[in-house]
Formats: sequence, structure tokens, C-alpha cells
Amino acid sequence: MSPLSRREFVAAGVAAGAGLVIGFYLPHRGGPQTEFFSPNAYLRITPDNKVTIVVARSEMGQGVRTALPMILAEELEADWKQIEIEQAGASTLFGDQTTGGSASIRTTWDPMRKAGAAAREMLISAAALTWNVPRSSCTPENGRIKHAATNRSLSYGELVGKAAMLPIPTDVPLKQSKDYKIVGHRLARVDSPAKVKGEAVFGIDFRMPGMKFTLLSRSPAIGGKVASFDDKESKKISGVSYVGKISDSAVAVVADSVWGAMEGRRVLNVTWDDGPNKDLNTAAVRESLKQAASKKAATLYSAGDAAKASGRRISAEYELPFMAHAPMEPGNCTAHYQGTKCELWAPTQVPQDCRDSVATAIGLDPDQVKVNVTLMGGGFGRRLEHDYAVEAALVSKAINAPVKVIWTREDDMRFSTYRPASLHQLSATLDGSGFPVALTHRIIAPSISGQKGQPTPGNVDPDMPDEAGPVYGIPNYAIEYVMTETPVPLGWMRSVYALQAAFALESFIDELAVAAGKDPLQYRLHLLAKDQDLQFFTTSWKTARMRGVLQLAAEKAGWDKPLPAGRYRGIACFGCFASYMAEVVEITVENGQPRVHRVVAVVDCGQVVNPSILEQQIQGGIVYGLANALRAKITIEKGRVVQGNFDDYAPLRMDETPAVEVYAVPSVEVPTGIGEPSVPPIAPALCNAIYAATKKRIRALPILG
Amino acid sequence: MADITLRVNGSERKVSVSPETPLLWVLRDTLELTGTKFGCGAGLCGACTVHVEGNPIRSCSTPVSQVAGKSVITIEGLGAGGLSLLGQALQQAWIAEEVPQCGYCQTGQIMSAAALLAKTPNPTDEQITAAMNGNLCRCGTYERIRKAIHLAAGRAAGNGGAR
Repeated sequence: MSPLSRREFVAAGVAAGAGLVIGFYLPHRGGPQTEFFSPNAYLRITPDNKVTIVVARSEMGQGVRTALPMILAEELEADWKQIEIEQAGASTLFGDQTTGGSASIRTTWDPMRKAGAAAREMLISAAALTWNVPRSSCTPENGRIKHAATNRSLSYGELVGKAAMLPIPTDVPLKQSKDYKIVGHRLARVDSPAKVKGEAVFGIDFRMPGMKFTLLSRSPAIGGKVASFDDKESKKISGVSYVGKISDSAVAVVADSVWGAMEGRRVLNVTWDDGPNKDLNTAAVRESLKQAASKKAATLYSAGDAAKASGRRISAEYELPFMAHAPMEPGNCTAHYQGTKCELWAPTQVPQDCRDSVATAIGLDPDQVKVNVTLMGGGFGRRLEHDYAVEAALVSKAINAPVKVIWTREDDMRFSTYRPASLHQLSATLDGSGFPVALTHRIIAPSISGQKGQPTPGNVDPDMPDEAGPVYGIPNYAIEYVMTETPVPLGWMRSVYALQAAFALESFIDELAVAAGKDPLQYRLHLLAKDQDLQFFTTSWKTARMRGVLQLAAEKAGWDKPLPAGRYRGIACFGCFASYMAEVVEITVENGQPRVHRVVAVVDCGQVVNPSILEQQIQGGIVYGLANALRAKITIEKGRVVQGNFDDYAPLRMDETPAVEVYAVPSVEVPTGIGEPSVPPIAPALCNAIYAATKKRIRALPILG
Repeated sequence: MADITLRVNGSERKVSVSPETPLLWVLRDTLELTGTKFGCGAGLCGACTVHVEGNPIRSCSTPVSQVAGKSVITIEGLGAGGLSLLGQALQQAWIAEEVPQCGYCQTGQIMSAAALLAKTPNPTDEQITAAMNGNLCRCGTYERIRKAIHLAAGRAAGNGGAR
């Protein structure tokens, strides 16, 4: 068979089997004389023994370019050193490519394992046919198939031609955790060397010939519009080539350098129609949440009948403000519109949404829009929006040239999509020992998806099932949600609603423990003492696993040992994105302000794929969560976001960062989320430590006001 | 517009830009050295840190006219030239301690760390905090940065000193 007919065979066989196709997106797709073995869209092996694994999620620092290939390479029995990584752009081959919801490993664990295993089985068959020996006598090992009896072996590259002719198996055996050689090991990240040398190409770094730069002047008031603009001064700036309105609410200034576009925008004179929200302020937002609290709520979770219980009653309200993601790399995207097609280079968590929204905005079909995914300087949910991509495409169309849109930090802070402000009402009815026989948690918050016009069946925001679940086996337990609306743009920010839900619940549990005069760890363990499955939408929360993380955290933190004078502890636990998390915080209070010295964090997220990346994610989530807890607050005055840069919206710096010790409960369960679950418990753990130190209960974030 | 000459990573570079243009944009747009990053434009985050005459500065807030005729070292030049041993020790330590997550701020972090170790070869935790506190990281890599600086300091000393 000629190489050409082999490829045809593969293509036909692939098309017949489960919709797997050799990817059109592959930039190095072979010419007529090149053979390769690509039994599925995730994998390509060439005769030069290069094993290329395609990553169909976006790298924003969470390590997917390393961790996802590890899963496939494990089943393939590949030599990790021979693996090359390829980033997929927007495609039709991988299902939903959204990178969010701590879901990359959860949702690709099975497809990546099966892709690797199918290829492995085909390579074994190819070797057995080559040597004319039974399949069972051939073993895959470190990128080769070996035949021990005759001491022969062939590399995967040498087997490509034959393997490509074979039918793709559908039911393949998968390895046991105990046999893993790659998964569960501390493999170095593939992206670090380029990142420390300044060679990594983030979205903002991408360059192409003839590319212009653009900054947009956007309505300072939420929902405002351009009334008129005068570009006379802008056009005097050296290098400014275009000034034009590209939407109802934005004027673009295009120049041949970023600085030129910045200067051009600085002197641009726009008259704004402030629109319907010109009097909106933070006090009005808080008031609207309070007024909504008595409205009819949707029931998210119900055990027993919380309303009927009788006994001593304790109630409390908790409040949280809007917050901004503020990733280090400000928003940007490069677009090249060429009449019947448009190509994007986008730092995005949603390449497919970018493709579709750009197509709509510039009047093309989605398949005329190609989206390349670049590295991202952080995401945290901000790049789940596709505003940068649409802006870049609109400007490229207007000037008929490639252009990169860049947001300044002030643009990022003021035109973000914010973590929803929320109000939480909790009440408990206590038995004679001070434990709750009933607990109700009412969440009052605007719906992110609802604001974006996405479905909210039963008046429930579709994120709630991942982020607002029950923690304790309380016999009468209700979680309710009142869905509200706000004109303030909303977005999914790291851990989404779980941060709010955990702050309220875990602060309240601490209040109950104090009221009962009991140790907050023992109080929680008592409420988790019985093995129960708490069914919450599609997740079955197991009290035993929550108990496990709490006990391990307490042990590692030395909960039962006395602290030095002036040091205090707080503890909290929570589950989200199907993972269980407990955190113990140690603080001192200096000049009335908490100082965090040590955090012990324990996760149960099932099988760990890469322990080092897991530790990075938990350490990072805790630093992010501490910044959220201590200072993060976006306020609105006259319909405008007040904060503008890292001076009035200050992240944590090195001097405030504690040592974070990370432990994972050993597990061979299916992997669950790890990017977000460490964020929610840190605020209540810290606030509970502050209570231990000062007897002052924090009921509103941020802690530093 | 003005013709300005800089010495960037050991090479003389002539640029023709308006003199108030921040050094950051001359490096990134004119000289296409994109390892130096834009984070805040206001000297608040340190992502744009480069060395001018051996001192760490925020290139986003430094007009290019102020560095005319001066020596500028960026991340692209750190592994070669006068600070090569130290630069390589830092970059290797950053990998060994698995510091980078998104990695966007790390070039600025490494430039600040290099300036610290060039003057203080064996810094205490307090000295590290003082030198690094102007560099923000939203991924929260600070404790690993601290470890990597200690590691690099030890290795650079073990190699016979960085200076």
C-alpha cells in the first residue's frame, strides 16, 4: 500500500469509528509523502518517533499543558521525554473547550486516557503483526513495544505505518492507579523554561507583519453610549492612523505602537450619554439585595423540614462586595480580518465562544473564523468573556488590517465583569447540646448566567450546583437562592459563588460553635460524624470525605497543641467542583490588623495527576482568596466603577503572604477540581481566627473595609 | 520624535520615537523584546522591571529620554553578559522550585531578584521581602520565589560568586 492510500485508509477508518477525525487544525499536517499515526484528535505519532499530544484546554497558569498530556502519555506507555505538546485552537473535535469550572482534568480524564490506551493497543497489534507473534507476548514500555522472548523491540515511530492501517478499538483496558509511572508523579511543567527566559508568547506578545495597535475609549458609566466624539487632537499624535466608533459604547484609536494608541486615546474627546445607570451606587446595590431577601426563593437543597424545628434560634447576615479578577496580563487579542475570513490570536478560556461571537459581530460564518489560543497571563475567569476578541475583530474589519487590542490596567479594573455582590441570611435551631437540628442558608445574589441571557431553569443560576452545596449532615437543612438582577456586569471569578457561600456558612458554623461553647473543629466533626451522602444536583457530597480533610488538616496544623502567646487559629471547610477542602489559619493581630503566618490546606480531589501542580494551585488559590478576603472591593459611584489600578485594588504582596502547607488525601477516586476549591475556605478560616483573637465577628468582606 | 541611542543587552540600539515614550514600549514595540511585560502602567506591579546601569527600574514609568546613552538589561539579556552566572542561576532555580504558574510576572520578578543578588549575594528573608515587595503575582507564587532566590544565592556562591 502506498503512503497515500494508507492515509486514506486511516481517514476512512477514523470517520467510521466514533466520529474521530484527523485534525484539520494540525499546523504540521503531512504532505503526500509523509505518514503518521493519528487514531484520534489528541494524538499524532510520526515515523521520526515524535509523539505529539494536543491540548484542547487553555493554559492560564494552571498547568493543563503538562497535566493533560500526562494522562494520555500514561496510558500510551510513552517516554515522557519524547512528547511534544500542541495547543488546539477553536475546534469541532473536542466538544466544549471552555477552560473553567476546575473542569479540565475532570472532563478530559476519560477521553485522554482512552485516546492513549487505544493507540497503545494498536501499537501492540502492529508489533505483533510485524514479528508474527501473539499480541500477549508484546509489552509496551517507555515508548517502545518489546518482545521479551526474542529480546526485540520497536519504537512507536517505527510502528506508525502498520498501526495506522489497523481498526481503532472502542473498548480498551485502562491502567490501574498502582501501575502509574507518569500520573501521580512530580513531572516538571513543560512551559517553565520559556517563561523564565522571557521567550513565552502570551497574547500581548504575539506579533505579525503590518499589525497595528488599538485602544478603545469605552463609556465610563455602565450602560452608557457615545453621544459624539472629536478626533482632531488624537490625529495629531504621531502614528495614529484611525479613530472611529466601533460600537454604541466605544471609540477605537488605532496607531502603529501601543504608546501612540495610548496617547491618541488620552487626548480623544468623547461626549458620553451616561444612560440609565448614571445614579447607580454601591449603597443602592446593597439595598436592592436586602429588599430581595424576602422574595420567594428557589430551593437548592432540602433535608427534613428546617422550618418546623423548635429550640434556641440563632440568626446572622453576611455580605460580600463585587470583586475583580485582575489577571496580571491585561486584556488583549489580535485579529486579522480578510473579507471572507478572520483569524484571531486570543488569550482566551473560551476559543469557541470567541469564534462564534466574532462571527456574529463581523457578519461571517463561524467556520470562517479561526481562533488560535495563546498563553494567558492569568485568567481567573476574566477570559471566559469574549469582549476583547469582538473588539479586535471589529477594529480589524474597520481598518482592513491586522490589529491588536490592548486594555490598560484601568480598563481591566473598570470594564470587567465582576464577582457578584451577595447577601446571605443564615439561621439555625439548636438542640440542648448546642448543635443545629435545623439550618437554613438563604443566598441572595444576582445571576451571572441570567444577566448574560443564558437559561436559569427554576430561577437557579446554573453555577449553584457546583458551588453552593451542603457541607454537614444536619437533619433539617435548607439551602435557598433568591435570584436578583443588577446592571453591574457580572462574571465568573475563581470559585464563583463558592467563595460567598463558604464565607457565610463557615463563619456561621463558627458562631454556633462559640454559642455552644465547643471547640470549632470538634463541633464540625460532630456534624459530620455519621457517614452520609448529601445529594446536591448531580454531586453526592460524602460526609466521610469532608471529615477526612478536616481531621488531616487539624492533625497537620497541630490543632490540639497550644499556640505561642499572641497566635490564634481558625478553621473552615467547604466542597466545590466536587473536591473537599479544609484549611487552618494561624494569625497574630498587629495594630488591629490580622497577619497570617501559616496556612495548612488539605484537599481530597481523588487521584492526583501532578502533585507539584496541585500544590501550586492550592498555594495560589489561598493567596488569591486572602486578597479577596482582606481588601478586594469594587464600588460603584454615579454608575462608574471607582477602582482603577493596583493602588486602590491591592492584591497580596510578598510581605503579607503566609507559608502554605499543602496535603492531599491519598485517593484513587476519579479526579475532581483543583483550580478553585482552595479559594472559598480561606476567608472564613481567617475570620474565625480573627474572632478567636479579638472576639470580633466579621460579617462583611473585605475584612479591612 | 527624537533619535535616541541606548545600550540594550550589550548592543547599541538607535530608536526614533517621541522622547516621553516609556522605555517599556520602546523595548516591546520598537525593539521587539517582549519578555518585559506590561501590567499596570503606573509602577505598581513590577512586571516591567529591567536594569538601567545595574539598578532595577520600572520601564513603564521611565521615559526613554531618561535612559539615553545608558545600559539597559532585559530578561533576554540576563543569561549573558555581566550577570550571566547569576541570571542563569536564577532561571534554573525558578525552574527547580517550580515557581511559574501563568508566568507573566516572572520575568519582572527575576529581574528584581537579580538586582538583589548582585548587591546582596546571600540575602535574609527580610531582605528578599524588601526587594521583591514591589513585584505583584496574582498566581500567588511568592513563597516559591523566596525559595528560588535562596537556592540561586547558594548556587551562585557555589559557582565562585556571581559578580
